[in-house]
Amino acid sequence: MIFSELYGVYYSTVAEILRAAVARPVTGEELRHIVETHAFSESVLTIEPALREGRWQLLRGDGSTPCKHPPTMPLTNLERRWLKAISLDPRIRLFDWAPGGLEEVQPLFTPEDYCLFDRYSDGDPYEDPGYIRNFRLILEAIKARRPLRLLIKTRKGRTARFRVMPLELEYSEKDDKFRLLTGGNPHATVVNLGRILECSPVWGPFEDCTPVAVDAARTVTLELTDRRNALERVMLHFSHFEKQAERLDGNRYRLRITYQADDETELVIRILSFGPHLRVTGPETFMGLIRDRLRRQKSLL
Amino acid sequence: MAYQELIKRFDRIRDYMREFYVYGFKSREEYDRKSARSYDDERRRVESWLGDYMGFRQTPEGKNVFLSIDSRRSHHNPLYKAWKARSFTDGDITLHFILLDILYAPEIAMSLGEITGAIDKDYLACFESPRLFDESTVRKKLKEYVSEGLLVTRREGKNVLYSRAPEDCSVCPEVLDFFSEVSPCGVVGSFLLDREKEHTSRISFKHHYITQALDSEILCALFGAMEEKREADIENLGRHSGTPQTSRVVPLRIFISVQSGRQYLLAYHRPTRRMKSFRLDYIQGVTPREIAADFDSLRALLERMRAHMWGVSPQGSGGRTERVSFTVHLEEDEEFIFRRLEREKRCGLVERLDAHTCRFTAEVYDANELVPWIRTFLGRITELHFSNPSLERQFQGDLLTMYRLYGVEEET
Repeated sequence: MIFSELYGVYYSTVAEILRAAVARPVTGEELRHIVETHAFSESVLTIEPALREGRWQLLRGDGSTPCKHPPTMPLTNLERRWLKAISLDPRIRLFDWAPGGLEEVQPLFTPEDYCLFDRYSDGDPYEDPGYIRNFRLILEAIKARRPLRLLIKTRKGRTARFRVMPLELEYSEKDDKFRLLTGGNPHATVVNLGRILECSPVWGPFEDCTPVAVDAARTVTLELTDRRNALERVMLHFSHFEKQAERLDGNRYRLRITYQADDETELVIRILSFGPHLRVTGPETFMGLIRDRLRRQKSLL
Repeated sequence: MAYQELIKRFDRIRDYMREFYVYGFKSREEYDRKSARSYDDERRRVESWLGDYMGFRQTPEGKNVFLSIDSRRSHHNPLYKAWKARSFTDGDITLHFILLDILYAPEIAMSLGEITGAIDKDYLACFESPRLFDESTVRKKLKEYVSEGLLVTRREGKNVLYSRAPEDCSVCPEVLDFFSEVSPCGVVGSFLLDREKEHTSRISFKHHYITQALDSEILCALFGAMEEKREADIENLGRHSGTPQTSRVVPLRIFISVQSGRQYLLAYHRPTRRMKSFRLDYIQGVTPREIAADFDSLRALLERMRAHMWGVSPQGSGGRTERVSFTVHLEEDEEFIFRRLEREKRCGLVERLDAHTCRFTAEVYDANELVPWIRTFLGRITELHFSNPSLERQFQGDLLTMYRLYGVEEET
């Protein structure tokens, strides 16, 4: 069962408190700090009195505990079965992890049980040894804050060399691709891992490793008319953006979406996909992008 | 009953969280399915769990609550927190830590009597008014932990001995960072991450839909039915009816959309002898039933049908298909449009007619499902044909409306 107190914030917070109390009595201040750090914002109203008043008889009045060992919990069947399930995913090979001890475990699900039916078909080659090697090297370099030397195949089919500071990997489920976000080189701030031909660490100093400033977030305002279930479709479709919605009247709504500049073209076509149910009302520059496409279309069909 | 931060049942908070996150424009009065008191309690809980993401807006109708989360910036799905808010009794939590402390290593094996004695003597005797756990309570908890996989048992003579399950599987934080976000039932990965020492995740996510987290238990139950090749009763809340309907189906496969944030169950519905799709977020409950002897052949049938499915509509009327075809124009430097057609098509055929023209053609059960995708090529479409004439009229009518909305209609 997924919804179980075994995985709950209260259990993990009390485990932290007992971990401290096994070593030495915890003070009220320490207890509150642990609760504030690990639990929900109002949890202190419950956890502290329950322990202090002896409803949960795990902490004595002086802050010591009758427990003798730092609390640990074996993996549950659910956790083992989920780990077994992800071990069947081809992307698992990207990570230096051998799922030992799961040989006899039934997976929670198998690749035959589900499909991502609208994922693009040209995803990264997760079973290619060169790709796996690059992925692992990059992940290690990010953790160690070590610069990398990259040889990249450009969009136009040429090659280019860059020295970059790897900052973070970004994965798109729609594209099924990883991208490397970098610092220190304005010509390679975002690099598709699938385009990396060679990758090696740079030993020695690398002065400039600051992230290149990205364009400030932009906002587009949309007006939605709720016909053919458009409200539900639009709200869910754009739910992964930071957004605000308000009702204007009957079946009209205003939606403000905050997006990053490099997503603008994609956002244009995503808005177009909703047809007349979703209209851009600002800013004028964004409306112009839509208008340009419609003008071109009008001349073609 | 006084307000509590934790909850016993997930279904009610599931609805509220979806409303706050996906919509976020309703006032307190519009949550008419529940009482005002219930609304206040649920809002307070969500604020306690996800206060950093919660916003409020004052409107003439009242105060609107919304959750605003840019999933590209948050490395871990904040909605998982709701799954970590299950309530429990004072006895549950006390026994949990004491039992696992008594059985702190796999080599320790104790009988029920020994464990109950140790609880009283070594753990509770030091309190002024010690709790009393009788053997049946302790037995029940031990049995629960055996079924969860935390403990194992073995027999020694007449005695059943309990010990901690062996720790034979290591986990890797980076694996959990990634798969807790992209794998079905990823919340389990989040539970595992909670066990790890705090670390910084190095992986972020784009185009990342997080509401699916709220359907994790439904998804898990459906996987369970599929594993055992069972039929299941699904309690489904219709989009328009608002009242749950129970359908007996053979669950065959989960279809997950990475472009719309929806998840569907594709299942065989015996009474109508048709494949049907059900939105997971509309399913309220799943009850496994008898074994479906024809599970494998039905799953194979669904797989064959996919050649004509753009989305999740598994069958047209009488199994008929509809033809869709459109042609796009490419400028000199627009080779990426051809690549887009190739990588984004889910069925059908892309043909290169000449250096500047490509054509897409497909035979599908429901051509309506392609319309949003076709619109993403607006500005380049030179020809368009639907075998369903009413759909073609609708497409052309929508296009004219769009010209009017953006003031393109009047231009020459």
